[in-house]
Amino acid sequence: MRFSIYRYDPEQDQAPRMQDYHLDVEAGDMMLLDALMLLKAEDESLTFRRSCREGVCGSDGMNINGVNGLACVTPMSSLREPVVLRPLPGLPVIRDLVVDMSQFYKQYEKARPYLINETPAPRTERLQSPEDREKLDGLYECILCGCCSTSCPSFWWNPDKFMGPAALLQAYRFIVDSRDQATEERLADLQDAYSVFRCHGIMNCVAVCPKGLNPTQAIAQIKTLMLRKSA
Amino acid sequence: MVDNVAGLARTGLRDWLVQRVSAVILALYTLFLLGFLLLNPDLQFADWQGLFAQGWFRMFTLLSVLSLAGHAWVGVWGVSTDYIHPYWLRLLFQVVVILALVVFVAWAVEILWGN
Repeated sequence: MRFSIYRYDPEQDQAPRMQDYHLDVEAGDMMLLDALMLLKAEDESLTFRRSCREGVCGSDGMNINGVNGLACVTPMSSLREPVVLRPLPGLPVIRDLVVDMSQFYKQYEKARPYLINETPAPRTERLQSPEDREKLDGLYECILCGCCSTSCPSFWWNPDKFMGPAALLQAYRFIVDSRDQATEERLADLQDAYSVFRCHGIMNCVAVCPKGLNPTQAIAQIKTLMLRKSA
Repeated sequence: MVDNVAGLARTGLRDWLVQRVSAVILALYTLFLLGFLLLNPDLQFADWQGLFAQGWFRMFTLLSVLSLAGHAWVGVWGVSTDYIHPYWLRLLFQVVVILALVVFVAWAVEILWGN
């Protein structure tokens, strides 16, 4: 198996470079992350993030042959060689395939990803009807890997002002939650020209989401709700 | 919330609505014109003039020109904020576009109702 991997150590290198790697093993049903671990055993300076190795933690998001995805759930057999690996686009590189996600989390914070409910907490829990609970399907599953936001040109150009698909999916997840009382406030906070409205619906986010979620649809719902409240 | 002091940006919701509504008007106008051309294969200048002599069609045309201006402004504002980074160049570009759009609209009014 042949690889071409982005290498950059800001403390030593003048500029990033692509380094070729070779692995003499059968791909079989190996995932890309398995291959990366084998490469790291040979060259311990190769740096990437990983944790759960089964698509739940969202640590190993990277650009694989030009498409963002999670290395741990990408079968080697699905990849054309040489496999070109780069860090997630649009974020500052800390080293090799590791990016600085601060900007991404700042936008996540802007979504206020927690229930706002001023009524006294009931003895057990705040109940929802099955119908209301169903509205959260396709939203709560997000693992914040960042594949979607870093594939979005609107986020590349305005990462400080446009929240990006991941944060907007979360924003909608709390807007639509029947237990949340700050719906109007949340919608009012998003009416500027950037936070939501920089989304032009090109759907890169939908194409790359490793969990098969649809941020574009959530964004469209936010716009529709805003319209309903303002008209 | 991102505040826009310049005021050129207005609210995102309004821009978005302008773009959607203007797109519908432009689509209707385009379909109408296409239909008119298809239904009148031997179109003469007199027919064309006859169409534009009708008040409702002049209004429809003016509405479409205004839609085109609004639609273009929202789009061009977006593109310019993405790609033109020095603020003075961006502002200059935006002012030129606004002036051009105002001239185009005034020009259209002159063509429609002038002599």
